Amino acid sequence: MTDVPHLSLHVPEPAVRPGGQPDFSNVKIPKAGSVPRPPVDVASEEIRDLAYSIIRVLNRDGEAVGPWAGLLSDEELLTGLRNMMKLRAFDARMLMAQRQGKTSFYMQHLGEEAVSCAFRKALVKGDMNFPTYRQAGLLIADDYPMVEMMNQIYSNEADPLRGRQLPIMYSSKEHGFFTISGNLATQYVQAVGWAMASAIKNDTKIAAAWIGDGSTAESDFHSALVFASTYKAPVILNIVNNQWAISTFQGIARGGSGTFAARGLGFGIPALRVDGNDYLAVYAVAKWAAERARRNLGPTLIEYVTYRVGAHSTSDDPSAYRPKTESEAWPLGDPVLRLKKHLIVRGVWSEERHAQAEAEILDEVIQAQKEAESHGTLHAGGRPSVRDIFEGVYAEMPAHIRRQRQKAGY
Amino acid sequence: MARMTMIEAVRSAMDVSMGRDDDVVVFGEDVGYFGGVFRCTQGLQAKYGKTRCFDAPINESGILGTAIGMAAYGLKPCIEIQFADYMYPAYDQITQEAARIRYRSNGDFTCPIVVRMPTGGGIFGGQTHSQSPEALFTHVCGLKVIVPSNPYDAKGLLIAAIEDPDPVMFLEPKRLYNGPFDGHHEKPVTPWSKHELGEVPDGHYTIPIGKAEVRRQGEAVTVIAYGTMVHVALAAAEETGIDAEVIDLRSLLPLDLDTIVQSVKKTGRCVVVHEATLTSGFGGEVVSLVQEHCFYHLEAPIVRVTGWDTPYPHAQEWDYFPGPARVGRALREVMEG
Repeated sequence: MTDVPHLSLHVPEPAVRPGGQPDFSNVKIPKAGSVPRPPVDVASEEIRDLAYSIIRVLNRDGEAVGPWAGLLSDEELLTGLRNMMKLRAFDARMLMAQRQGKTSFYMQHLGEEAVSCAFRKALVKGDMNFPTYRQAGLLIADDYPMVEMMNQIYSNEADPLRGRQLPIMYSSKEHGFFTISGNLATQYVQAVGWAMASAIKNDTKIAAAWIGDGSTAESDFHSALVFASTYKAPVILNIVNNQWAISTFQGIARGGSGTFAARGLGFGIPALRVDGNDYLAVYAVAKWAAERARRNLGPTLIEYVTYRVGAHSTSDDPSAYRPKTESEAWPLGDPVLRLKKHLIVRGVWSEERHAQAEAEILDEVIQAQKEAESHGTLHAGGRPSVRDIFEGVYAEMPAHIRRQRQKAGY
Repeated sequence: MARMTMIEAVRSAMDVSMGRDDDVVVFGEDVGYFGGVFRCTQGLQAKYGKTRCFDAPINESGILGTAIGMAAYGLKPCIEIQFADYMYPAYDQITQEAARIRYRSNGDFTCPIVVRMPTGGGIFGGQTHSQSPEALFTHVCGLKVIVPSNPYDAKGLLIAAIEDPDPVMFLEPKRLYNGPFDGHHEKPVTPWSKHELGEVPDGHYTIPIGKAEVRRQGEAVTVIAYGTMVHVALAAAEETGIDAEVIDLRSLLPLDLDTIVQSVKKTGRCVVVHEATLTSGFGGEVVSLVQEHCFYHLEAPIVRVTGWDTPYPHAQEWDYFPGPARVGRALREVMEG
């Protein structure tokens, strides 16, 4: 046995660390319009390539090309642009509010706005999302009032969640947005259960599960794929691959698998990769998956290839683990600028109108912020009652919690 | 009125609930076509169809996770974890999800699920088929925790659990499935058909969650027990001739504190019995509450009789199981104290 070499442990590393030159040469970007659009009843083994490619609609010149193009009207695209701009402005104001001490914590979407904003438009009322903490575009694009979101972020007296939840952990059944846990991956398998229930009741509604690249390593991700595959649940299994899980690059979760989408293939789940910074591509792929689910053809796995331009949260400092200029080198560009360019190419938008829209949106966000702040912020003004600690643990308050509430003086 | 084993009683509870409410669904490992390894769901798939009673993959976090999603949709899942010992992969879903969905969403979403799980030892199941993890649930706010001790209660409590708007952990002492086992493993167990609590109505009835039952009136000492230990305590009282009052908690969370306090104030002595391990066990909570509420009525230190703080052994099962001899010694100890 003397000729057997000693073992060594493989620990993956990102291509570049701070101080280095950003390098995305390993991210292969196919030409826009080059990936075929299969029929929705296709078998997963017939479209294995789609789990390793990237579906793109917008080309460098801002034109919509290929078989996934042509689904959205001018008006729908203008709404999409407005929603992404709104989310970006909302994020900027709330980040500032956090820096001003008006709340404890915030998480922004910078660079990922297209994913949730476009996806929402592929669902209909009654469908249910099981989101993570970076899909507020689902609410914005469904016209959920920004002031309600801010009330939650501020944990003020008008907070619909009565001060119980960390900022941005929204909940709105009415808007098809399941209560965010703050845990990771647990919601993924719950979405499959919700979809199974819809099928059990012979309903027409579908569910959407959300997860980040890092959390696909959780066993609940695997559980979700097992159940979705076994029962052919009407669910869209979304993976937002924004390259970074806090400080951990996506290679730590992905391991030896070529892509995250490819994980679906072993379960017989059709799996697609899409340009997550391309509003039109995200919508087209989501629509395809929604149609599969709605027609009882079962689950679809979608990997959105995007980039987390900002920090993970207000408690994070990305300069400690990745080059500062990395986001500029990201080859899929900025989702807002790309859609803006496309609309200008279409002849329905202009720099002037864009600047005007930006100003209008900022105004709208500031108005909502003023209204929310009139109900208080985390450390000032109106706040939820101490009674709210004790309410709602159960439908009916049991005696032991009532005694504790009385002990607390309420 | 029919005679039922505890298996038949829980099956009847699910049958009645599924018959009354189309939103009740039952699933878990082996529960569909076969009817469960303990046969608790036998016949339900044939009667209600395979979309209302079905087999699940061997994936407890998936079983819990999908049940939570179904409950969010509006169904009332009653799921089986094949052995309580298998629930750990699902613990995250139970504690951080099921238990808190109502609270964290301020009632926007709720989680009316029932998690049935055969629990406890006495069947030579070794360390992975004998555990009593109830204290891991009673420590979690937002859950309800039930441990029935007989077929009549099992059915009434299970129907109440299915109709409850919040998540309920329903621990079925598997050693009681076929009879009121009192710890005398050397003797054959009396079948439920010969026991008055084996008389179970065929139709719908409920037992309120959070109400204990006094199984034996007594003046000398209060024994607080649940599940299998109720029958062990009754045997110990008979065998020692000590006039013990035996309380069957039935529901650990919420807990019927009034019944406990009333009894201990009367007897002045207290023994707490459970099969689970001692340290940080549910008995610790009961003892603490008794001293808080009955301190000036106590005439002796409270004694706990429990499983040892070791994994549940295989060959030495009956040296581990807190049987009537050990409970009897505890009764004498508090009477002398």
